[in-house]
Amino acid sequence: MNGFGYLRPGSVEEAVEAYAAHPGARYLAGGTNLVDLLKLGVERPGTLIDIGRLPLGTVQELSDGSLRVGATVRNSDLAADPRVRDRYPTLSQALLSGASAQLRNAATTGGNLLQRTRCPYFQDLDKPCNKRVPGSGCGARDGVHRDHAVLGHSEQCIATNPSDMAVALAALDARVELYGPDGTRRLAVADFHRLPGEHPERDTWIRPGELVTGVLLPAATAGVPSAYRKARDRASYAFALASVAVVLRVTDGIVDQVGVAFGGLAHRPWRARHTELALLGAPATPAAFEGAVALELTHAEPLRDNAYKVPLARNLALDVLNRLAPAPATA
Amino acid sequence: MTSAPRPGQHSEVTLRVNGKPHTLRVDHRRVLLDLLREELGLTGSKKGCDHGQCGACTVLVDGRRLNSCLLLAVALDGSEITTVEGLGGDGEEPHPLQRAFLDRDAFQCGYCTPGQLCSAVGMLAEAAAGHPSHVTDPGAPSGRPVPLDRTEIRERMSGNLCRCGAYPRIVEAIEDVIP
Amino acid sequence: MTGTTGAALGAPAERREGRQKVTGAARYAAEYAPPGRVHAWPVPAAVARGRVTGVDTSAALALPGVLAVLTPSDAAGLAAPEDGTLAVLRTPDVPHRGWCVALAVAETPETARAAARAVRVDYAAKPHDAGPAEGHPDAYEPEDVVGQPGRVEYGDPEAAYAAAEVRLDVTYRVPPLHNHPMEPHATTAHWDGDRLTVYTSTQGGTTVRSVLAGMFRLPEERVTVVAEHVGGGFGSKGTPRPDVVLAALAARHTGRPVTLAYPRRYLPTVAGHRAPTVQRLRLGAHPDGRLTALLHEVTTQTSRVNEFVEHAAVVSRVMYATPSLLSTHRVVPLDVPTPSWMRAPGEAPGMYALESAVDELADALGTDPVELRVLNEPRTEPAGGKPFSSRHVVECLREGARRFGWAGRDPRPGIRREGPLLLGTGVAAATYPVQVAPSTATAEARPDGTFVVRINAADIGTGARTVLAQIAADALGVPLDRVRTEVGHSDLPPAPLAGGSSGTASWGWAVHEACARLAAHPEEGPTVRADTTGKADADSPYARHAFGAHFAEVAVDTVTGEIRVRRLLGVYAAGRILNARTARSQFTGAMIMGLGMALTEHSTLDPAFGDFPEADLAAYHVPVQADVPDIEADWIDEHDSHLNPMGSKGIGEIGIVGTAAAIGNAVHHATGIRFRELPLTPDRILAAPPYQG
Repeated sequence: MNGFGYLRPGSVEEAVEAYAAHPGARYLAGGTNLVDLLKLGVERPGTLIDIGRLPLGTVQELSDGSLRVGATVRNSDLAADPRVRDRYPTLSQALLSGASAQLRNAATTGGNLLQRTRCPYFQDLDKPCNKRVPGSGCGARDGVHRDHAVLGHSEQCIATNPSDMAVALAALDARVELYGPDGTRRLAVADFHRLPGEHPERDTWIRPGELVTGVLLPAATAGVPSAYRKARDRASYAFALASVAVVLRVTDGIVDQVGVAFGGLAHRPWRARHTELALLGAPATPAAFEGAVALELTHAEPLRDNAYKVPLARNLALDVLNRLAPAPATA
Repeated sequence: MTSAPRPGQHSEVTLRVNGKPHTLRVDHRRVLLDLLREELGLTGSKKGCDHGQCGACTVLVDGRRLNSCLLLAVALDGSEITTVEGLGGDGEEPHPLQRAFLDRDAFQCGYCTPGQLCSAVGMLAEAAAGHPSHVTDPGAPSGRPVPLDRTEIRERMSGNLCRCGAYPRIVEAIEDVIP
Repeated sequence: MTGTTGAALGAPAERREGRQKVTGAARYAAEYAPPGRVHAWPVPAAVARGRVTGVDTSAALALPGVLAVLTPSDAAGLAAPEDGTLAVLRTPDVPHRGWCVALAVAETPETARAAARAVRVDYAAKPHDAGPAEGHPDAYEPEDVVGQPGRVEYGDPEAAYAAAEVRLDVTYRVPPLHNHPMEPHATTAHWDGDRLTVYTSTQGGTTVRSVLAGMFRLPEERVTVVAEHVGGGFGSKGTPRPDVVLAALAARHTGRPVTLAYPRRYLPTVAGHRAPTVQRLRLGAHPDGRLTALLHEVTTQTSRVNEFVEHAAVVSRVMYATPSLLSTHRVVPLDVPTPSWMRAPGEAPGMYALESAVDELADALGTDPVELRVLNEPRTEPAGGKPFSSRHVVECLREGARRFGWAGRDPRPGIRREGPLLLGTGVAAATYPVQVAPSTATAEARPDGTFVVRINAADIGTGARTVLAQIAADALGVPLDRVRTEVGHSDLPPAPLAGGSSGTASWGWAVHEACARLAAHPEEGPTVRADTTGKADADSPYARHAFGAHFAEVAVDTVTGEIRVRRLLGVYAAGRILNARTARSQFTGAMIMGLGMALTEHSTLDPAFGDFPEADLAAYHVPVQADVPDIEADWIDEHDSHLNPMGSKGIGEIGIVGTAAAIGNAVHHATGIRFRELPLTPDRILAAPPYQG
């Protein structure tokens, strides 16, 4: 990496102003992905704006029963927070299934949302990648793509989003809070990441200079049974081949609240709206789950070497749905 | 928007490393691992991958275990760092975990060992502080110390690769020092 | 031959360098910083085949702190190396992607990296052929593989197979695998006038010295090679690698000491790998299980730089009694990185295939797989007919079966359920040849009653210092604490490499001889030098191999296709075990690498680009702690007087041999499905018909 300037603003406002003054800057928090990309030469900012010491490092309980997670709360602290463990178990489980303890101790909530794909063609400057260099081509499509997307990919890009955390947040209806030159705005996490389409170089809908300041965990999903499950190539310290976050409330045998999101299948956490729509108001039975999950996965368009992701995602989703559903006798 | 003057590419930082303060002018690109190895002569922390994928560079920063290869030194101003060289404190006697590694033959080539040791020290503190892991029963009470059985140790130590395959011996060594 | 009789050998002596390693004091190659030391960073070729037509270094040289950029031709003055992988920067030709085409040298590693990236290289790319090797028209049968014929055939295997009452014809695939020792290949090089010193990460410093002396046209005594601590090698540091040549070249070019720590993600293309193999096994048998034909045909690939043949079929020349045998290799040179040694080259993939096939045969016959192996136990080495110096594979199988609780195992596959998990157990035998090479060593009696043993051995994590002291103590008849060993420096008596599980036997023989002579003839002292040339390399009338047996229990998750090993047991017959503590660690460590081979590790040769997308340790899945269950390794007492004065066989590699087959056989027992391509990752499991559901 070439040299770069380093700024440590004292407030969120100053950070955003610093960005405006140094176009092409990058915000630095935990650095677990950014420093990696700097070393690879994928990121070449002129200036780093260190937001690690801004007062964004706490989890606050809001009066409406929601939780506001500051952007620089470390992944390990968030996973261990008793309120998160008790009310949003899928989030704690997703965080703990990602990376290693050392990385979770450094990685932040905001940084995790903005982490970039681990597609090997994206990481290798000597190979074509439309995400890294628009128009250069995609090395993965005809290359090695066992880990790549089966849903929502485009001719330009078949990369997946590597986050576990974001999958749980999507299923929980969490919102990401952004601060930028135009002030504060909020977006659903499920809509925060983009599909690659014609512009795979853009991972999210964040605007230049905007800073993730936090994530809001809504009261509506607090305490609703939820879980996360991930399949990977080794028992720990590996990205998901596929994963699922499920939030499920069943009353009198009927699904009255449901959120399902897949990881490892697409350029973004894949909120399974077809599944949710089919399940809402339906009986919480294995057959209903099976049908509803199939509805989502019929949209899958596997590539030459990653068709296994479809049965894998199905199995994961059914496993977690059936586990969360109360046994019929007690329903 | 007019561009502000581009800030310089070096800054001064002060770190306490194994109890000793160091004030250094660092290249902003410099990560803690290279600062330790190249500037302070503390080569115990190892560079296995330089990308946070092996754990050989694990050190304790303000008591937490982190991959020093991914930490820009400039961002650590004011931090307290402990490396393998500092685990035993000032005394001649090694840390009990270092002794346990010797007793259990918990290493072969030795290259991952400093990272394993720092990681294990950090892990013991995390479990004592009630941090759960991927294998902790989700129903276990929050906020209480997590008992470390072998499954817990294995999961929690999975951020430290060992290509010689000393894993079973490392688990035994850690078990030896669990109170 | 005199055996050693003292108390030190066999004892679980603690590693002598242990304290240094756990306190961070042990220094590895990149950690030597002679005054003025600078850093180098390579530029890997961005084409799979072609020529460098231009190198623009201006942007790199303009960066503050950059000393030089070496380009193709800067090494043109060096003598041509025998090993083509060391012929870096000699010509503009690019034989494969990742080949070093330039080297930036700068005051700091950060600047060196930035400079390397700023170098602009133009290529005339040529069409490349990166395989696959299977069915390739350029395949040929090599005359020689690791000193053995590429093809061995006796009886009439084709006819015998065609006539066999029971026939099995199966093909197994092992992908490219990477050694990835935790310490990347690294060298610090330093010139003092026309004297060159390198601190380097190597399994064999003596060879490094002779290669550097040859290439730089220096007398050997002007080259010093220091390898005090080596962070693993597993074959990939068995011969000098480009780092040592490039560092020495850059140091001479800049007049400064230079450290080149090869970046991890560049290693897969320049530090060697286990070449992929496609192995067709045909077994013909009587209905009672006795083999009538064994045909083992291996197809593999190499680069256009060196011919390296992954000699997977040689195991079939050793393992089973058969009246007809075909064991042969076909290799295809491609525009790909050069394969090389990786722990138990040949034996590890070969025994995966052979021991899986034997399990399939047992299944087809309805015979217990342990008993089928016992039934086919040969009395002499099948290829060649030599008597075995010792062979206790049956004892290993029996002892392993007893300890594992094999008796009463229900052979029916796919019937043991535990919720969503399917459980199974499997067995496989192991073998590794006894190899030994001549070495020199000295033993010195000191006035204070202590002794110093000197030998340029490499301790790559095996505990060489410790075990050589044990050998010396017993040969001298003194307590262990009176012996000091010096290793890892080329001023010490020359010694062969730590490789082929031959290090301890080769070095120990010379150490034993020097010490035994010093003990018997103190008047020859204070220093006695031994050279085992003519003894260690003498032809033996015996077939000499270590043997073993592996037992595995697995759980296959039918939801995710994830497989976890629950138990792993290895029982070995490897001659005399010289240090119970370090031996156990080596056995279990190799078994874990075998577990990785079975379940997690693979690289993919991308035909479009000619390299491996799994270039780093996030993508190449070395097993982690959580993958590794309780592992047990033990051995049976084996006395073999046809080996060396210690009666030892090598132990560094046999643990990986057969482990993958035992796990694969257990997966079959669990699922009822025979997977024939490694690794057994979820995608493969879920692609099987029952999981497509």
